[in-house]
Amino acid sequence: MLKLGVPSKGRLMEDTFGWFEARGIKLSRAGSDREYAGRVEGADLSLVLLSAGEIPREMAAGRIDLGVTGSDLVREKLAGWRSDVRELVPMGFGHADLILAVPACWRDCENLDDFAAIARQFRADHGFRMRVATKYHRLVRAFLAEHEIADYQLVDSQGATEGTVANLTAEAIADITSSGETLRANHLKILPDALIHASQATLFASLQGDQAEIDRFLSQLQA
Amino acid sequence: MVAKSAKQEIGQRFLVAFRDAGAAEVAPDILLDAATLLDLYGEDIRARAYLATDPVRGEVVLRPDFTVPVVQAHMDGGAEPARYCYLGEVFRKQDHGDTRPEHPRDNEYLQAGFEVFARDPEADAEVFALFHRLLSPYGLDAAMGDMDILLDAIRALPVSDARRAALLHHVWRPIRFARLIARFSAPVEARDLPTSPAPWTGLRTGSEMEARIATLEAEPDAAPLPAIWRDRLMRLFAIDAPAPLALEQLRALALEIPQIAEAVERLAARLDQLAARGVDPAAIHFAASHGRETMEYYDGMTFTFTAPQHPGWPPIASGGRYDALTAQLGRGRAIPAVGGIIRPGLVAELEASC
Repeated sequence: MLKLGVPSKGRLMEDTFGWFEARGIKLSRAGSDREYAGRVEGADLSLVLLSAGEIPREMAAGRIDLGVTGSDLVREKLAGWRSDVRELVPMGFGHADLILAVPACWRDCENLDDFAAIARQFRADHGFRMRVATKYHRLVRAFLAEHEIADYQLVDSQGATEGTVANLTAEAIADITSSGETLRANHLKILPDALIHASQATLFASLQGDQAEIDRFLSQLQA
Repeated sequence: MVAKSAKQEIGQRFLVAFRDAGAAEVAPDILLDAATLLDLYGEDIRARAYLATDPVRGEVVLRPDFTVPVVQAHMDGGAEPARYCYLGEVFRKQDHGDTRPEHPRDNEYLQAGFEVFARDPEADAEVFALFHRLLSPYGLDAAMGDMDILLDAIRALPVSDARRAALLHHVWRPIRFARLIARFSAPVEARDLPTSPAPWTGLRTGSEMEARIATLEAEPDAAPLPAIWRDRLMRLFAIDAPAPLALEQLRALALEIPQIAEAVERLAARLDQLAARGVDPAAIHFAASHGRETMEYYDGMTFTFTAPQHPGWPPIASGGRYDALTAQLGRGRAIPAVGGIIRPGLVAELEASC
């Protein structure tokens, strides 16, 4: 029997339940709200509820065969993700963009070329590399390396990342945004040519699982 | 699979050869302070090196190469001229992107190195000839470049100081450099930078921004880089031939860019010195852009020895001149420095497959 991992709470869990229900599979929590086991009707599956951030690792380790999580989390958490999992279906919800944002008052910063030039100037003026706060270290570093941005450094921020600029612990941020409201409230603006990753909730399969069984399940979903 | 002890043995062989060439052996720490390396190499080092936190020392890093600790040790009290050699492990993360290769590269491997700190016009030839001699049994391809020539050519461009500084800064980053050259080659339209109603936030100051805007506003008045100069630069970057032929091409180009003549003649002298040391210059491949693919702090001669039968392998040996690095680490004090490393592990693989 295939084992499916689904985010254990919030909007992402509800949307995932809704998505499977529309395809004839009813997922639900077993018992109380605090229990992380699940019930499945309409498919030969077992359900486990997990933190969305742990689902990539659990798939890579082969402890679950299928998992629903953000495409950003899989890319960030699994170095060489295509060697661990395959992307089955983008699910059409949980949209969030990983973007690069700078202070809105920087009227001389409209694109990545400006960003590169400002980083160089900042390093010369301040004696250290311009700081970009993020928790998506691998994705952001790979993006900036691909565009050959130098003179910057990443600083870790696991939460309230938008506040780091006002707190003077970073000059720019790279974070997930859906509406951009928090960015505006913190007087930041998005660099339009620096979309690092357009993420959405996605059904993944572990490459360690029984691939024939996974393919049969996939055709049941698509029937 | 070659045993680690076999790699160690080959490393010892190179170490002995380096000592015979007059070098004193040094044994730098494996655990280095991260701050210096982070400042030098930036985010690259975080992607490539293992960082850890020490409760007393703060951020530390497992030695990703020997150059920095050897330079630091020399700056702290070495007498000149000095020749150092070393053998030890370096540690590198290998993040391969979306898909992991079947045979990932090693995360730890040996380097045997030789570094010369000396104001000696023959130091480049000395290092290259030594590596050439030690590696001659393996049928490797020897390639050489010279950042000095490229940097002098960029300094010669008829552009504003601000543009020249940007080009010199980014010469090691081909995409960024090409974008700058393209922008500087066409007339620049004035940019409309609308004022923002947002309040000021962050450490960058308003006057820093105004300084940059003043530079941007001066751009439309700047004459574009003439096509002939762009062409000269591209022809220089494209030079890629056996060294004596490359030298001829460089000398011809020096008639158009007289500012590179001096560096070209230094290359000529180096090739003569190599010939005197028994290295045939015709067997060295000279690529003007060779050094653009290396580390930023190589600012003179660069070289690699690669195995033609293993195109996927990193160089078996590499090195070059890094005067800028000693200047950076010496806080005002600079010492001409040139050196290189051999990877005994790869040499062991070569020997095993013979």
